[in-house]
Amino acid sequence: MSTTHQFSPVAKLEQKSVSDLIVKGKRLDERNLLDYRPLTIMMGIIEKANGSAQVYLGKTRVLVGVKIQPGTPFEDTPDEGILTVNAEFVPIASPTFEAGPPGEDSIELARVIDRGIRESKAIDLKKLCVQPGKKVFVVFVDIYILDHDGNLIDAAGMAALGALINSKMHEFEVKDNELVLKDKMMPLPMQDYPVPITSVKIDGSIVLDPCLEEEQVISCRLTVTTGKDDRICAMQKGGLGVLNPDEVKQIVSTAISKSRDLRQRVLSKVN
Amino acid sequence: MGKQEQVHLIDKNGLRVDGRRLDELRPLKLEVGILDKANGSAYIEHGRNKILAAVYGPREAHPKHIALADRAVVRCRYHMAPFSTDERKSPAPSRRELELSKMIRESLEPAIMSEYFPRATIDLFIEVLQADAGTRCAGITAASLALADAGIPMRELVAACAAGKIDGKVVLDLSDIEDKQGDADLPVAFMPKSNVISLLQMDGSLTEEEFKQALELATNACRKIYDMQREALQQKYHVVRDETEKEAVAEVQA
Repeated sequence: MSTTHQFSPVAKLEQKSVSDLIVKGKRLDERNLLDYRPLTIMMGIIEKANGSAQVYLGKTRVLVGVKIQPGTPFEDTPDEGILTVNAEFVPIASPTFEAGPPGEDSIELARVIDRGIRESKAIDLKKLCVQPGKKVFVVFVDIYILDHDGNLIDAAGMAALGALINSKMHEFEVKDNELVLKDKMMPLPMQDYPVPITSVKIDGSIVLDPCLEEEQVISCRLTVTTGKDDRICAMQKGGLGVLNPDEVKQIVSTAISKSRDLRQRVLSKVN
Repeated sequence: MGKQEQVHLIDKNGLRVDGRRLDELRPLKLEVGILDKANGSAYIEHGRNKILAAVYGPREAHPKHIALADRAVVRCRYHMAPFSTDERKSPAPSRRELELSKMIRESLEPAIMSEYFPRATIDLFIEVLQADAGTRCAGITAASLALADAGIPMRELVAACAAGKIDGKVVLDLSDIEDKQGDADLPVAFMPKSNVISLLQMDGSLTEEEFKQALELATNACRKIYDMQREALQQKYHVVRDETEKEAVAEVQA
């Protein structure tokens, strides 16, 4: 069952220092309310994966590996490849992460990233069909949280995008009803580049890209994922607070303009 | 939202597959207090959705370590019956159900005055008996009534409804086929008096302008649903009042 989270007593004490600053339009790390933390992306650091990317968003660190393997298509989409997104909150990343089956937070994170990639039609899944109804390629996107300093959704989204555009797979053909992999490699067929941007509400102010201390005292968050032509492809509100319609519209337009810049930053890393 | 073959979801008269206008809700039926053992309960039919919601609590937190010192813990389970869908659904909770349980809890908690019940739990169960697109919204609408029926103090009732896009047009309250063949789905939970949104999700493809239109459609529909929720609550308690009055009269006459 989904249960109200326990609040750490430290967070309650820190709440005042965070919100005192926010009221003045300042933040713990001296950013402005709508500033993003420095973003660093490293591509292809896991050689055994088809694609990989590691993102540092401030002190948050997320690694995404992509594996592409043959599999059986779903009955309702016999001529399309399959996208699978999974997130692991590994215990090395935070004192609050525990080993074991995925909790609701990691499931939510994986599903939000999945929706962004799926709904923007980022991967041309039709091109991953080997034999309709029999064999297609499955794209596994595995998100590994390595250091948790807030805003995991955005960091994971950009790492996933980086890993996908960095992915290489064997060119293939069908010979005598068998899948034959050629030596030549090709990139994953990409059509769009979804980027999630998360804003949070703290004491009535809208703040972009929260760090962990800020995240612990938020009223709520809203993630808006947009594609390359500024179209919204996924949204997700989280947390126990509420937003009025004007705040929602403000967050959406901030996300659209901010995502252009970040998309460019990820794409510039393609070699 | 796989598009197999392009089916027309809006005809030349501007009507949808089930004959609705673009901004028209599916028929809604709400009933309050329909389960005997639960502290509060409600039943909703929204289109072909048939959903039960039950509230147990406030009751003692169990296991004890989940209790919070300054407020009640809210727990929520959204679950679909194996026979509720076209293909049988495994009764084990799917990732989708786990996510929706969280989303529904977070959409109702802002309305619940949980600070009145420290160390207690308020347990919320939503069983989808038949699914027809928009189950999370219908579930929220019913659960909000079940909370009120349980006598739990709330800031406001929460009403929920989705808007979306089909055949290039922004429409209200997608049906099953519209959800599967459509271009976008935007479930919204809204508290009309406070003018605040407590659930917002989206998948598909919308421009900023289309999004604003869809949000407006959904929040307006939530206002209508809110009125129906109030009516359903009043209905139940009128019946209760009438019955007690009748009993009192019978006693006097005896």
